[in-house]
Amino acid sequence: MSQTDFLYLMPLLILTFAVLVSMLVIAAWRNHKIIYIITLVSFIAAFGSLFQLRTTTAYVIEPMFVIDGFGVFYIGMILLTSLLVSMLSYAYFEQREERKEEYYLLLVLATLGACVLVISTHFASLFLGLEILSISLYALIPYLRTRPRSDEAGIKYLILAAFSSAFMLFGMALVYFSTGTMVFSGLAQSITGMQELPLLLLTGIGMMLIGVGFKLGIVPFHMWTPDVYQGAPAPVTAFIATVSKGGVLGLLIRFFMEVDGFRYPVLVTILTIVAIASMFAGNLLALMQKNVKRILAYSSISHLGYILVAFMAGNQMGVEAVTFYLVAYFITSVGAFGVVAMLSDKNSDAELLDDYKGLLWRRPWTAAVFSAMLLSLAGIPLTAGFVGKFYIIAAGINDQLWLLVAMLVLNSVIGLYYYIKIIAVMFQQPEIEPEPRARLRPSIYVASVGTLAVLGLLLVYVGVFPSGLVQLIQNVLVSVPEIVSNSR
Amino acid sequence: MILVWLIVILMAGGLLAWLSKKVNPEIPRWVALGAVLLDLILIVYLWINSKTTADSAWLLSYDVPWIPQWGVSFSLALDGLSLLMLVLTFFLGLLAVLISWKEIKNKVGFFHFNLLWVLAGITGVFLTMDLFLFYFFWEVMLIPMYFLIGVWGHENRTYAAYKFFLFTQASGLLMLLAILGLYFIHGSGTGNYTFNYFELLNTPLAPDAARLLMFGFLAAFLVKLPVVPFHSWLPDAHSQAPTAGSLILAGLLLKTGAYGLLRFVLPLFPTATVEFAPWAMLLGVIGIIYGAIVAYSQTDLKRLVAYTSVSHMGFVILGVFAFNEWALQGVVMQMIAHGLSTGALFILAGFLYERIHTRDITQMGGFWAKAPKMGVIALVFVMASLGLPGLGNFIAEFLTLVGSWQADNWLTVFATIGLVLATAYSLRIMQKVFYEPGPQRESFRDLSFREMLIAVPLVLGLLFLGLYPQPVLDMAQPAIKEQLQAYTSPEPTIAEPKTAVVQQPKATINANQIALNQRAFSNLQIFKSPN
Repeated sequence: MSQTDFLYLMPLLILTFAVLVSMLVIAAWRNHKIIYIITLVSFIAAFGSLFQLRTTTAYVIEPMFVIDGFGVFYIGMILLTSLLVSMLSYAYFEQREERKEEYYLLLVLATLGACVLVISTHFASLFLGLEILSISLYALIPYLRTRPRSDEAGIKYLILAAFSSAFMLFGMALVYFSTGTMVFSGLAQSITGMQELPLLLLTGIGMMLIGVGFKLGIVPFHMWTPDVYQGAPAPVTAFIATVSKGGVLGLLIRFFMEVDGFRYPVLVTILTIVAIASMFAGNLLALMQKNVKRILAYSSISHLGYILVAFMAGNQMGVEAVTFYLVAYFITSVGAFGVVAMLSDKNSDAELLDDYKGLLWRRPWTAAVFSAMLLSLAGIPLTAGFVGKFYIIAAGINDQLWLLVAMLVLNSVIGLYYYIKIIAVMFQQPEIEPEPRARLRPSIYVASVGTLAVLGLLLVYVGVFPSGLVQLIQNVLVSVPEIVSNSR
Repeated sequence: MILVWLIVILMAGGLLAWLSKKVNPEIPRWVALGAVLLDLILIVYLWINSKTTADSAWLLSYDVPWIPQWGVSFSLALDGLSLLMLVLTFFLGLLAVLISWKEIKNKVGFFHFNLLWVLAGITGVFLTMDLFLFYFFWEVMLIPMYFLIGVWGHENRTYAAYKFFLFTQASGLLMLLAILGLYFIHGSGTGNYTFNYFELLNTPLAPDAARLLMFGFLAAFLVKLPVVPFHSWLPDAHSQAPTAGSLILAGLLLKTGAYGLLRFVLPLFPTATVEFAPWAMLLGVIGIIYGAIVAYSQTDLKRLVAYTSVSHMGFVILGVFAFNEWALQGVVMQMIAHGLSTGALFILAGFLYERIHTRDITQMGGFWAKAPKMGVIALVFVMASLGLPGLGNFIAEFLTLVGSWQADNWLTVFATIGLVLATAYSLRIMQKVFYEPGPQRESFRDLSFREMLIAVPLVLGLLFLGLYPQPVLDMAQPAIKEQLQAYTSPEPTIAEPKTAVVQQPKATINANQIALNQRAFSNLQIFKSPN
């Protein structure tokens, strides 16, 4: 490795270094605040180190990584999201007696895994990234051990994730067997001439898709989502909904663009079915839920379905739409789960619809932020979600995916119902004034409140002035030859 | 720039009203009143000064790029049609603030925030000349309306609010698809990807594509209007909303549907609309008769008035799809007159509800003797609603029927039956509420000064429209011509008489006769042309 390689991998190295430092600090002196600050500083430093990479064209570190505009943008997105999640975590974990410090360690590790994913171009780096992410999550999900549901969520995730990793490995082996390469571009070269994929290769790619599909929580690999969302601590849920899924999606886009998977009708058919099924399953199952975290879990299944619609467009506009939607979705999800975390008390998360009854009259600002987040998920104007959905529909129509777009529109209407339901509950006048919950001293909540305020403002800003973000995304994608060349 | 201010004042006023509640719960009312009044003054000022520039249909425009990558611009423009609609918007907006002065007691700040934002959304819809922005405002007016119904409504408000929201949102999304379809067809044809209304106007469309896109737009507008099979959200929403909400729903939100038909459907899809016209007119007639019959059988006063809206809006779609100046003049008049008269009836229902806390007309009766002022004013409103000459609705319905007669005789005959039915249900209101003896009530006070302040301008407005409609017709005419360009361009005769619409009926009928013959001829050509 040369010196410049180190420079280009700086964000990853900073995160690794941060993990080591915090581990040593915990060994020497266990203190929540110090670890918290180390975490925040390392995220900010890693994000800052991206700025020197920003204007570069693709820089390849053979054979594992490529650092291009797309990768840098996704890493930036992941780092910022993790930063926000950890800011929300302090108040949440401060009121619980478990050992809090290791949480941040695992969070940074998981972030590292997601960052590795989005710049990997080789099966080995892909798998490494995926496992760093997964294994950290195994520990993060049941982090609050005394909670009744945490074991269930943890074990469910552990078994299913391990299972899907096995599928993925087997798929990689099959691909390697039929093409003799583990590099994405090598794979692309060996299949350029083929009209039809040979069965073994197809099986291999299919098995890899199973692994990816599991991480994304799309139908039919979505079973874990509601239970894990419900059982995990709220900040971890926010992390799973955003960083974990975003990292895998970045990988999927890179892989498909490199291999040009959209040429093969069988893959397109599979993904179309998966997208439609995800939209319907997510929205229909959410309709009858009484638990906010489960509603958000099902809604995330359907949102991944929406994202797949733009992904299926398979051209530059599609990738732009996916990226834009992800940004909007990240802001929204972190905001929504941030509100959940903020309202949670010592024993359980604020997850039942009843917990939100009359929230607007009790805590108007929190309720306003939560309403904004839900409206953004529903795709209502003045929020980022609206522009994102618009972008996706535009990309779909541009590529004439009428079926998918029609399904998306239908599902948007179904989805409205349950988002509005939560808002309606917040507006209800409570019959009796509920007992004010025991709260920690207000200064602890400063970080949470600040984060939510920033997210709320960002949501509206992106919704009203999206052109800056669109421009940024278009600029970073220019440096990725595969995406631009694949534009049909 | 003044056009932007119209919207900004309302939005800023809304935020200010919400925040100022902390200081004193009465301040939001004054803030809202001030904001709407300011807008009303601005738009009246524009009206007075507009007469100097009569050569173009467009009086003012404002255009800055918003999302240049997608060809979206923040483009506003004002013509006679928009101006009339805006005058109506701010006038009714003002009344909505006044009517809520005593009625709304809790969450005053948030109420006025929603009220002003609905008005801002409606203002945006009437002004914008960019289809992306149009959809944007179309949705912006939805959410606050949802809250108005869902938070301050009557007993069954949650259900009504849901229904309203899902209906309008679903149909709006279909319109979004159509907008995007048009955008990409235009873009791929010309290489210029833009949402600008004026550039999209002359997009050449294959007949099939035009039909599909037209149905996308129609979905949104017909649901909003509403036309009969899609009307079921309306009685619920209208009857459950607070008075100000009903007023804005009936007076303004329905008009956005009619405005959309005039502004977008007619000029964008000239061939597809001609094909669809007989069906649309049939739907209109069904709406007129069905709405009237159902209205007659209601016992809930607000539901009754809601169904009369369905009936009146039937005239709008009948007129729009007659494609001639008479009918469209009638439609514009109908939009304004119906906004005033139906709004007035909802206000009346609000007055009654404040006094006796019911909307059930079987519980009312004998108020004529107890509240003569209210009785007289109600009589004017009811007469307006049944189309008595001398009041605005008469002019509107007369013009519409004259116009639609030229397009389809039989449907017009049936539509005219609707007027008879209107008399029946309108007189029933008067009869049940004011004349018939009803349950004894000790105290029933007459209209207060504030209530007179609300009712009298409405009466004056209706009388003005009925007795001297010429300024309104003159204002609307250039805009209407612009909308009809695609239909009348082969017929120079119809564009010639400028102020002849009412004053010289004979000449115009001749002109229209010629136009009609020519249009029959051009219809033939449409059928012959290869598609």
